[in-house]
Order: sequence, then C-alpha cells, then structure tokens
Amino acid sequence: MTARPAVAYLDHAAATPPRPEALEAMAAVEADGFANASGSHRLAREARRAVEEARDLVAGFVGARPSEVVFTSGGTESDNLAVLGTLTERTGALEPVGAVCSAIEHAAVLAPMRAAARGAARLLGVGAVKLTEVGATPEGMIDLDALALALGPDTALVSVMTANNEVGTVQPIDAVAGLVRARAPRALLHTDAVQAAPYLDLAEVVGPCDLIALSAHKLGGPKGVGALVVRAPHRVAPILHGGGQEHERRSGTHNVAGIVGFAAALAALDAEREAEAARVGRLRDAFADAVLASVPDTTESAPRRATLPGHCHLRFARVEQEELLMLLDRGGVYASAGSACASGAVEPSHVLLAMGLDPLEARGGVRFTLGRTTTEAEVLGAVGVVADAVARLRA
Amino acid sequence: MRVLVAMSGGVDSSVAAACLLEQGHEVCGATLKLWGGDGDSGCCSVADVDDARRVAQQLGIPHYVFDMTEAFSAAVVDPYVAAHAAARTPNPCIECNRRIKFDRLLDRAERLSFEALATGHHARVESTSEGGPHRLRRGADPDKDQSYVVSMLTQRQLARVRFPIGPMTKAKVRARAAELGLRTAAKPDSQDVCFIRSDEGRARFLGGRLSFHPATVFDATSKLPAGSVPALELVTVGQRKGFAHGPDGTRRYVGSVDPVARTVVLGSVGDVATDRLELVAGSVTWTDEALADGARAVAQTSAHGRPVACTVELRSGRSAVRFERPVRPVAPGQTLALYDASDPDLVRGAGIVC
Repeated sequence: MTARPAVAYLDHAAATPPRPEALEAMAAVEADGFANASGSHRLAREARRAVEEARDLVAGFVGARPSEVVFTSGGTESDNLAVLGTLTERTGALEPVGAVCSAIEHAAVLAPMRAAARGAARLLGVGAVKLTEVGATPEGMIDLDALALALGPDTALVSVMTANNEVGTVQPIDAVAGLVRARAPRALLHTDAVQAAPYLDLAEVVGPCDLIALSAHKLGGPKGVGALVVRAPHRVAPILHGGGQEHERRSGTHNVAGIVGFAAALAALDAEREAEAARVGRLRDAFADAVLASVPDTTESAPRRATLPGHCHLRFARVEQEELLMLLDRGGVYASAGSACASGAVEPSHVLLAMGLDPLEARGGVRFTLGRTTTEAEVLGAVGVVADAVARLRA
Repeated sequence: MRVLVAMSGGVDSSVAAACLLEQGHEVCGATLKLWGGDGDSGCCSVADVDDARRVAQQLGIPHYVFDMTEAFSAAVVDPYVAAHAAARTPNPCIECNRRIKFDRLLDRAERLSFEALATGHHARVESTSEGGPHRLRRGADPDKDQSYVVSMLTQRQLARVRFPIGPMTKAKVRARAAELGLRTAAKPDSQDVCFIRSDEGRARFLGGRLSFHPATVFDATSKLPAGSVPALELVTVGQRKGFAHGPDGTRRYVGSVDPVARTVVLGSVGDVATDRLELVAGSVTWTDEALADGARAVAQTSAHGRPVACTVELRSGRSAVRFERPVRPVAPGQTLALYDASDPDLVRGAGIVC
C-alpha cells in the first residue's frame, strides 16, 4: 500500500470541527451547570442564565430580539417548526392556502412542505395546502420569474434558503423578499440560513425574513442544537408538546451545554468572519483552479462569484461519485456528494436535477467544502489525490 | 489481498468478512441499495444496511453503501415483471447475481483496485493451481448449499470471486458470529424476494405493474375445461398450491400456461411430468470446460431441488437436457444448474429453461 497522505477534511458543509471556545464553554456547563433551566432554585437559575446569555448572543448575530429566538435540536427541527408551525397557524379546513419553496431547498424544508401538501401533517393541525416548488436556473439560483408567478394573495408561506447546501449558491434573498411583499402580502418568508451563517453577515442578509433557521454544528458548535428565529408578531404552533419551554413554541428540557456551545461558537465566528471568509475563499479558488487545471472534463457546478467561499462543487465526466468518494476516502480526502438517503447511499441530487442537469451528469458530482481549519497544505495535497482517483476511474 | 465483501446485513456475509480479515486480507465492506420501492426484506431495507454497517464497525473495516437501484430495476425488476406477463417465472435472486453482484459490482470492485469480490454464499471456489482453472462446488452444508444461485459464474468471474463461508456449516457460521459478538448472529435467514413486501406479496406487487388476465383451466387427460383462474400471470408451471386434488385423489400440477390462448393445463404428476427440458438459446454458460453433446450430468432446477441424472444435448443453437426419469415440469425462465456426473458437488454450468 502507498503511504497515506495527510488527511484533508473537505466536508465542512456536513459538519465543522468544533471550535475550542465552544468545547470549553460546554465542558464548564456540563461540570457545574447541569441543572434543569426550567427550575427555580439557584442551580437552575444559573443554567437559565447561561441559556439566556446565549439567546442574547444568537439574537444579536441575526439582528433579532432575544424573545424571537427559539432553541431547537438543530437545522432540521428549525425548518420543520418554521414550515409546519406556520402552516398550522395559517391554514383552515376549507380553502387551501399557498406554500411556495425553491426546488433546491434542503430536505428539512422540502419534506415537511410536501408532507403538508399531501395532508400528512393534519394531525399537527395543518389544513389544506397547495405547494409550488419553484425551479432553479442552470447557475443554481432560484428562478425569480417563476417565483413571481407562484406568489399570490393566498400564499401563506414562502421558503427560500439563504445559501444552498450542495452547490453553495447564495440566493437573492432581497429580491425574493421584494417579490413576496409585493405579490403575497400575507405570506411569511422563511429562510434556512444554516450554510450561510459562517460566512455572511446574517443580520444584514436575512433582515427581510420572518423566520430564520440556524444549526450549531455547521458553524463550529456542537451537534444537536440550533435555533429558529420567529420575528414578532408572527407565531408558530409547536410541533413538540410538553413543558411549554421556549414560550410554548418548543417543549423539552433545554440542552444547556449545547446552547452555550452554540453561542460560544457564534461569538468566536463573529469576531473573525470577514477575514475568514476571505481566507477560505482564496483557498477554495486555489483548490478549484488546481483541480480544473489537472483533471480534464471537470466542471464547476456553480459560478464562484455566486457561491459561499467554502463551497467547491465539481462534476467529473465519466465518473461515478460513489466510486470517486471511496477512492478519495482511501486517499485521506474526505468529501461528500450532497445528501444521503436513509440507508447511507448517495441519492441523485435534487439540486443538480433542478438546475437542469441529467441524472448521468449529476452522478459525477462531488462537493468539497472548506472551512475554518482548512490549510493551504491540505487543499494542495488533496488536488493530487483527486487527480489520481479520477484518472484511475477513467482508465 | 485487497477484498471487497458484499455485505447484505445477514449473518453469512458478516462472517465472510470476518473470515477474510482472519486470513490477513485488507477487507472493505459494501452494501448494495437495490430497491427504491418499499420492499421490507432481503438486501435493501435500511435496518439491514444498519446491521451490515454495525458488523463492519465491530470488525474494524470500512463500509460503504452503493446505490444500484437503477441498474437493479432495469436488470432484475423490470424483466421479472415482463417475464410474468409472458407466463415465465424467473428467479430474481439469480438474475441479481448474474447482472448486478457478479457483473456491475465485480466491475466496480476492479475499478477500485480490489483484487477480489467476496459474498456470503454457501458455495466453494477451488483453484487447482496458480492461474489454473477455478472450480465451483456446492457449499459444505448440504441444507444451505447455494451453488445453484451462482451456477452461472464463469472462469472470468470465478478467478475474482471468493466465498469464504462455503466450507462452513450454517451452524458454524452462526457460532462464529456469536463468538465475535456480531449483532447478526441470530438474525433469521432472508427468505423472500427482496423487492416484494412480505405483507403485500407477489400478486399485489405484480398487480400494480401489469394487467392480469383470466385463463381457462384444462384437464391434461380429458382435455376438457375444468375451471378457470383469475390471473394466468400468477400461475407457475409446476405449481400445485391453490388447485384441488383430482377426482382420483391425486395431487394436480400445472403442466403448462399459454399466455396467448389464455389457458392453463392441469394434471396429475404422471400427466404433466417431462423427461426433457429445452434451454434458451445462448443462455448456457460453463464454469470451466464445456460438456460435450451427449455427456452425462446431474441437473438441479431449483435452489434446493433434488438433483436428477441427465444427458445434455448440445446442438448448434439448441440445447436441452434429457432426464433419466421424468421430472415435474419446470417453469420457463427458471435456471437449470448442471453438476458433474461423477463428482456431484462440482458445478459444470447453467442454462435457462425455455
């Protein structure tokens, strides 16, 4: 066997290495702040103080008020709460209301939207919903003309992600919001900002949105915690019922350590966000340029000027992503191919299909995502592994 | 040697991986996702993938899931449905072995620089000498022998295929899994076609994919109509289940199904037995050296069917076997495996019954 090259972790969009600040803050809470934050004694009050300090930080990060921040178990729960919680509030038994989302949304938005539209969320109180999935341009942006046509006075909810998780394209939230306010004045606008959070100034970018989903482990925090921002005066009906935590919007004992780790990661990130975005963007450009130069018949799936700085989605003609990922894994380069199904198999990317690619083209796609811990040596080492692997598969 | 093990999530392939590891190979596991529909048994369910993954973790080997659903639909499921529409009854597990596991997966293993592909089949590959012919034999456990379902393999494949548990009895396989603490140790064997839900059954599966046609049932001796069936597509040559005993009290078997005339012929075993089966032109494969026309062999027509001595007829474009005694009719589409006349564990070849 050949010597194993240094590992290149290029899957930051799937999970980020936790920041030391987050780990330290969590360890401190786990040791002393174990009490239930809903209690009334001193230890409980201390736990609650940690939760509320975190809430202030998260609110500041997205430009919301603390009371608008609902802590959840992560991005999926936040998106489900946004979609189902809003539709529960805004649907009736008779006239169907409109729901609109982009066809390139994360499954955490698409699946509850589709469940609501086929009546599978009736038990939660969701009434009749007519769903329109708006297509994407070949560059991976929501088709604004199609969005305009999909919106109407009966539209209750619109969901467009801040940046796409697979190809990294930053969506025109301002333009989307303009269309929504003009054509669907009664609609709430939800955005899944999970991928965008490490790189964009969210307080600015998601300013016009009513609902914003965040996940801690995509920005240097722990897994199992996230937040949904629900701007006042809007309401979401709970999907988890119980002790009535989070202003009756999300029951369940607070994950105090997780919440504290989430906030610590956000604070650390906020301090260096712009410099990091520039640094990661340069590394991404170097990686993409080197791969394109050394591997023929390779295509960037989205134009770099439109993507998050850490995203590099490449398609290799005449290569099966499953096989390439396995060779990369063997070579110490850890990447992925969008989303996996329940069994762990790579699913055909609904994002690439929505961008107009055929399934064969989509099967040659691999997502490399860089992040805070990525170094130049790492990306340059990965280039050779990618080139060798593709060459072997094409031999 | 670098070996890829196809792990279904069952005990056999779990122990196959463990055996290879003990033999000092560099082992990697792969589970195939074969069916996008909602089958609940066999190779494709998420719980089975989880079991395979957990076993790989316990053994300390990497594990991957390969999505072969499109190829499986095209090469196994669609032909399965089409065959039923034409009153043939293929064995989908054999077609999966032929078209997916020992074709596509084997090719993939080669591209990924694995020197061999292993599965948990109860069969044995013997290599007489370095680079010499590779022989395919029945598994050591006569009750679990699966040489029939891999009888279509040829030298090209046998050179690269390993069946690590072939020399073991099933009891020994389970005992080994238990010793290793593998979670699959006591898992029941899979029985059904993996893409058909056991609570739904073949009739509902096929019913959603083709139209059923009623057929008139004729008596083999009297040639008179003797009833009808609602769906000739669900009747299999050789079947007896679902048909009443004859007036003489004997069991009645389906002798033939004609999808064009929409007739089914039913008779006693003596009426419908056959002593000759023709094989689909071009379907005959040999594990190594071809048998000669007129050679004696032993034929088996189902996974655990009784082997029957026969003579092979191999004339240009027309192959058949002639049995030494009449056998129950075999459904067209079924595989017939040929074993050596003097070495009855040795697989010689296979063909598909016309």
